Amino acid sequence: MLDLFDFYDKMERNNILLSFKGDITSDLLTSILQIMESKMDNFQEEPKTKKKVYNVLVECLQNLYHHMDEAPVDSGEYGRSAIFMIGKLDGAYNVITGNYILNENVSGLKSRLDEVNSLTKDELKEYYKQILNNGEMSLKGGGGLGMVDIARKTGQKLHYTFQPIDEKVSFFSLNIKVTLNQ
Amino acid sequence: MEKFTLDGTPKTPTINFDLGSGVLEIKGRSIPENSIEFYKPLVDNLEKYGLSPKPATTVNVQLEYFNTSSSKCILDVFKKLEAIHKGGSSVTINWHYEEDDEDMLEAGEDYQAIISVPFKMVQVAE
Repeated sequence: MLDLFDFYDKMERNNILLSFKGDITSDLLTSILQIMESKMDNFQEEPKTKKKVYNVLVECLQNLYHHMDEAPVDSGEYGRSAIFMIGKLDGAYNVITGNYILNENVSGLKSRLDEVNSLTKDELKEYYKQILNNGEMSLKGGGGLGMVDIARKTGQKLHYTFQPIDEKVSFFSLNIKVTLNQ
Repeated sequence: MEKFTLDGTPKTPTINFDLGSGVLEIKGRSIPENSIEFYKPLVDNLEKYGLSPKPATTVNVQLEYFNTSSSKCILDVFKKLEAIHKGGSSVTINWHYEEDDEDMLEAGEDYQAIISVPFKMVQVAE
């Protein structure tokens, strides 16, 4: 049987404010963003902090949204499902997302993340402008701008893992930290 | 006088484009999942306006948030304005940012570096 207290205890210790597992829809994101805004209002966060966290949340969650249809829908065992958690611990907000990714797409995503992580603040600014001005706009979003934007706005490295699941898919998790008063 | 207007929603900005007076206002949040679809009517109207623009065109952008998907579409809007500017109408883009919002100021400066249209950075109180 599922140990609910174990779940609760882990979430409590990591001070998880909100978590969700399932299909990521546009309406869901609208609601989540509204909930997080009112939570941050209740915490009386500075406008600057609220804006940064909100921006990062939008990018992280829309990333999930846009990549939902990359999940191997033909096999019911994975389905259109992803997970995210938003926590506040030791003076920082954490946005954690997890979703399935096809194995053939792992190395491409990994090298993009590593490239973003290798750049300095000024290099990120130049890279952002370069993608913005020259990159191809896809129907799915900003054509790779999201991760660059997150790295720019948080001033932090993108922490990620790829967990191999089977011969088809891996599980990609991304942990973004937004520190306050930076 | 012809006008193109869209009411704001939690994810999309209010747009007021008065083609008769040459004033375009974009205000609010721009975080739709599908930005291309949202911005297409504005881009189309700018194209139409560009055929016979007013001698001066004023653009007021006052965004609270915008996502990276919108950032490309906003650049497309600015590129249309750049073409109108080169075509003889004097275009000014007033980029508003809240006083503590360095990210929004920097975003405006990014566009300023890419687009050959006079930008004015306008600080507003929170």
